[in-house]
Amino acid sequence: MSDREEILALLRENARYSTEDLARQTDLAPEEVEAVIEELETDGVIKGYQAVVDWEKVEPERVRAAVELNVTLDRETGYDDIAERLAKFPEVQGLRLVSGDFDFAMEVEGDSMSEVSRFISEQVAPVPEITQTVTHYIMESYKERGVEFGDGHDDDRLSISP
Amino acid sequence: MTFEPSERVAGVPPSGIRRFFEIAEEYDDIISLGVGEPDFAPPWAARDAAIASLERGQTSYTANRGMRELRERIAVDADEKYGLSYDPDEEVIVTSGASEAVDLAFRAFLDPGDSVAVAQPCYISYMPGVQFAGADVVDVPTRAADEFKLTREALEASGAAEADALVMCYPNNPTGATMTRAELEPVAAFAREHDLLVFSDEIYSELSYEHDHASIATLPGMRERTVVFNGFSKAYAMTGLRLGYALAPADAVDAMNRIHQYTMLSAPTTAQHAAVEALDSCGDEVREMRAQYDRRRNFVLSRFEEMGIDCFPAAGAFYAFPECPWADSDEFAEALIEEERVAVVPGNVFGAGGEGHLRVSYATSLGDLKEAMARIESFIT
Ligand SMILES: Cc1ncc(COP(=O)(O)O)c(C=O)c1O
Repeated sequence: MSDREEILALLRENARYSTEDLARQTDLAPEEVEAVIEELETDGVIKGYQAVVDWEKVEPERVRAAVELNVTLDRETGYDDIAERLAKFPEVQGLRLVSGDFDFAMEVEGDSMSEVSRFISEQVAPVPEITQTVTHYIMESYKERGVEFGDGHDDDRLSISP
Repeated sequence: MTFEPSERVAGVPPSGIRRFFEIAEEYDDIISLGVGEPDFAPPWAARDAAIASLERGQTSYTANRGMRELRERIAVDADEKYGLSYDPDEEVIVTSGASEAVDLAFRAFLDPGDSVAVAQPCYISYMPGVQFAGADVVDVPTRAADEFKLTREALEASGAAEADALVMCYPNNPTGATMTRAELEPVAAFAREHDLLVFSDEIYSELSYEHDHASIATLPGMRERTVVFNGFSKAYAMTGLRLGYALAPADAVDAMNRIHQYTMLSAPTTAQHAAVEALDSCGDEVREMRAQYDRRRNFVLSRFEEMGIDCFPAAGAFYAFPECPWADSDEFAEALIEEERVAVVPGNVFGAGGEGHLRVSYATSLGDLKEAMARIESFIT
């Protein structure tokens, strides 16, 4: 693995590793680690750093939905145009063009189910190119961005062993 | 009528690990750096192979020495990785963990009154194993100043020249020490000169971070006097599947098999299927696990350095063996659990030369390691 790949892997594991932590794990000098991170940021490889949140443990709980969108395109409008328009809404947390039975997979977040429904029906559905929306409310999250939820400590190894 | 343990059993003290295990069990919020097994699950392909073998109902005994297919894979693997060349039909025996292989060798080749030099600190089962076989242990302490490598001087000073056999383990549990081929030369020469059998536990062979693993059996004149132990517990994270093996000249395997065929019959069948797959297709997972251990090792070693705790640069297995900040490692380990809820194992548990040290396992997530090291730091300052 190159230094870039190694640091990227570690930051994906935990973006809060300090420069010193990263230096120790990679055997690089702290200045080298900082230089690699800066390079990854300026190259646009690292787009941001966020916390992975288990909303069920937060008051008030956030409501999230996975929304399938079907669209029809005309000569003037392409997928990118529709995507650009949708991505501007702060409620939209994720937006991807996908292959298969529908066109866009959209992730929406709001304070309540009614707020999310209202957003879909008042802001998304009226977009002229959108022909169909199917909303799936997220009931329970088991894993987000590689992080498994649940009560974590399922290490049932003996605490002391040979 | 009472169940009075036999003299051999009564003569073996309870394991020092047991006591710490009991202390650690009193708390449920412990970060344990006391574990001697991987925190990874076995590679999926190996698990799938085990599941598939169960679905097909392949649960009968196998050949005593293990499935032919597995023995063949083991022989190829040992040859390719370490230059150990053994005939799968006569010179390989598959056992229920490396533990069973160690026990078979002791019982097959030791007589009451024989003496066995054991390089220490070491895995806790060797000394009792020798005693169960009726033989006597000669302590061969290794020193932090030698990075816990076995030296000719240590062998000479301990009287190993008079012994019948030598037990050694590199990469080492608990010290994390490794030995290069050049460093093994004088040990091999000593064994040849004094006609010692060598029992070489190489179960951590895949976890050597600084140099390629070297097996003492590949040195001149050593193959015929060495039994090599290895297994799937560490490299493939398959501890609970209980699968190991021994490599040795045909006569030796034959003698070990004589015990094995009456006591164990054959190693677990499901595990043998998993092991075939592990050797066939799980090299990438092994490399990935090794890379992760290596990162954790760097982390732990540099944290000890920051704390001003002396720790030689452990280069193998998944243990660091720092000096204990207190004179008595038992007291330190006990206080550390009670006050900071961090479990480590005191070095004296592992035999001569271990006192004054702690075994710190890094087979635990980096997040937990980071927290545990911070607690150790606050404990000692
Ligand atoms: C040096 C050494 N040998 C053997 C074993 C036991 O291995 P197995 O699970 O294959 O019996 C261990 C386990 O901790 C070990 O550290």
